Amino acid sequence: MIYGLCILLFLIGLYAVVTKHNLIKIVIGFIIMENAINLFLIMLGYRMGGKAPIIWQDAAGKADIAAFANSAVDPLPQALVLTSIVISLGVTALMVAICLRVYQRYGTFDISKIRRLKG
Amino acid sequence: MKSFLIPFFVVLPLGAAFLVVLVPTRLRKIADVLANLCALMLLIAAGIVCVKGITGVYFVGGWEIPVGISMVLDGFSGLMLLTISVITFASTLYSVSYMEQFTWKTKFYCLFLLMVAGMNGVVLSGDFFNLFVFLEIASIASYALVGYGCRHEELEATFKYLALGNLAALCVLLGVAFVYGLTGTLNMADFSIRTAGYMNNGLLIALALFLTGFGLKAALVPMHAWLPDAHPSAPTPISAMLSGVFIKATGVYALVRVSMNVFPPMQLTHEIILVLGGLSMVVGVFMAIGQWDFKRLLAYHSISQIGYVMIGIGLGTPLGILGAVYHLINHAAFKSLLFLGAGAVEYQTGTRQLRQMGGLRQRMPVTSSSTLIASLAISGLPPFNGFFSKVIIIWACVQANRYGYAVAAVIVSVMTIASFMKVQKYAFFGKLKEKWGKIKEVPATMQIAMVFLAVLCLLMSLLIVPALRDVVLQPAVDSIIAGTNYVTFAGGL
Repeated sequence: MIYGLCILLFLIGLYAVVTKHNLIKIVIGFIIMENAINLFLIMLGYRMGGKAPIIWQDAAGKADIAAFANSAVDPLPQALVLTSIVISLGVTALMVAICLRVYQRYGTFDISKIRRLKG
Repeated sequence: MKSFLIPFFVVLPLGAAFLVVLVPTRLRKIADVLANLCALMLLIAAGIVCVKGITGVYFVGGWEIPVGISMVLDGFSGLMLLTISVITFASTLYSVSYMEQFTWKTKFYCLFLLMVAGMNGVVLSGDFFNLFVFLEIASIASYALVGYGCRHEELEATFKYLALGNLAALCVLLGVAFVYGLTGTLNMADFSIRTAGYMNNGLLIALALFLTGFGLKAALVPMHAWLPDAHPSAPTPISAMLSGVFIKATGVYALVRVSMNVFPPMQLTHEIILVLGGLSMVVGVFMAIGQWDFKRLLAYHSISQIGYVMIGIGLGTPLGILGAVYHLINHAAFKSLLFLGAGAVEYQTGTRQLRQMGGLRQRMPVTSSSTLIASLAISGLPPFNGFFSKVIIIWACVQANRYGYAVAAVIVSVMTIASFMKVQKYAFFGKLKEKWGKIKEVPATMQIAMVFLAVLCLLMSLLIVPALRDVVLQPAVDSIIAGTNYVTFAGGL
C-alpha cells in the first residue's frame, strides 16, 4: 500500500515530464521522480518501530547482535539513497544550467517554441 | 591473478581528469600530452588484458561478496575495455588540433576522461548499484560534452538528451530498488545464486525496468529520439566516442550482461531484443537515407547498425552472438572513423550539409580515402571488416530459421550502400566547387587518428581467421553464452 504511494508519486513526476511544455516544470517533474525512488528505497529498509542501525563496541555480545539485527532498520538503502541524492543533485544542477542557457538563447522556456532540430 | 589491473582502468582516467583540469589554459599543451598519455596507457593495459586473456575479480576495499562491491573482468568486459581504449586513443589524438576551435580545452579533457572512467567502470562493475553510479558518471559527463559548443541547436539537443538519459537512469535505479527489495542483495553474482533461475512478477518488473533503461541508452528504436540530435551536436571527437563506444558500453553491454548473465536467459527476453533490434535496423536506415546533414546521417546509421548487433544477441545461438560481438567492435572502428572524417570536413569547410560540399577529394586526400574505407566497411563490402560480421549475423539468422530477419538484414545492407554512395558522391567526388579551391588537408594529428582507424578497419577483417578469433572474440562469446554460470566466475568461487 505504502509502496503503491511511492509508485504513484513516481507516476506524477513522469506525467509532469511527459506532458508539460515548460522546461522548469519538466525539471521539477524529474525531481519528483528522483524523490519518489529515494523514498521507495528508504521504505524497503524501514521497519515499524525499528532502531537506528548503530551498535556500540561494548555491547557486542552474540545475543545482543542477533537482537540488534532483528530490531534495527536496514542501513544499506540509506547509504544508497545518500549516493543517489548526490547524483541527482549533480543532474539537477546541470539541467537547470542548461535551462538558463536555453533561456538566454531562445528567450523562452516553452519547448514547443524551441524546435530547430527536425527529421 | 593480476587483479590489481582491474581498478587501474577506472582510477587512471579518473585521476587524470582531476589533474588535467588544474592545468592553466595558457599551458594547454601540457593538457594535450597528459590526456594522450593517459589514453595510451589505457590502450596498452587493455591490449595486455585482451591478448593474454587476463580475467579476474577485484573486491573493492578487500570486502568479499555479498558484503562488498566487486569488479569483474571476464572475456566480454576485456573486449569492451579494448574497444573503448582504442576509440579513446584515436579521439584524444584527434582532439589535440580539433578542439583548438573551442575555448577552455582543459575542461574538455576533464569531462572526456571522466566519461572514459565511467564507461570503463560500467563494463567492469559486478554490482547493480555500482553499475548505476558509473552509468551516471559517464552520462553526466556526456550531457555536458554534447552541449559543449553552447549554440542554439546544441543546447536544445542537450536538454532532450539529458531528459531522456535521466529517465533511463531513473528506470535503472527503480530496477535496482526492486532487486534489493525482493532479494536483499545488490551483487550480480549473489543475486543469481539467490534467485537460481526463479522468476516472479516482481523480478519481471525489475527486468523490464532494466531493459527500458538500457534500451534508452542504446537508442533502440521506439526509444531513439534523442540520438540523432545529441550525437551530431557534440564536438566531433565526442560524436565519435558517443556513437562508437558510449551507446555500446552503457547500453548494449549493460543490457546483455543483465538480461543474459544475471537474470536467467528466457525466450521472452530474446524475443524482445530481436524485435527491438529488427525495428532499429530498418527504421534507422530509412531515416538515414533522406538526411543531408553529414553527421545526422551517420547518427541514424548508428541506430541501424546497433540493430544488427541486437539481432545477433537476440538469436541467442553461439554463431549469432559471435556475429554480434564482432559487429559491435567493427562498428566502433568504422563509425568513429566516419565521424572523424565528417568532423575533418567541417573543420576545413565549416559546413555539415552534403549539398554544399563537392570534389573535396582533390583537396583533402587523406580524409577522403579514410572515409571511403569506412564507408565501404559500413556498407559491408569485402575485404573490409563490416562484410564478415554482417555475413555471420545473416547466416546465423538463416540457421536459426529466422528468414524474415535475414532478408531484412540484406535489404538494410543494400540501403546502407545506397546512402553512403550518396555521401561519397556529394562530399568527396564530383567537381570541386570554387569556394573550396583554397582549403587544405587537416593537421597531422587528425590525419594520424583517421589513418590509424582506417588501417584498423582493414586489419579487423583478419579476426575471421580462426586462430585470431579464438584469442580476441571467443572469450567474449563464451562469457555471454555461459548464461548464469557467470556466477561461478564472478563470485570468485
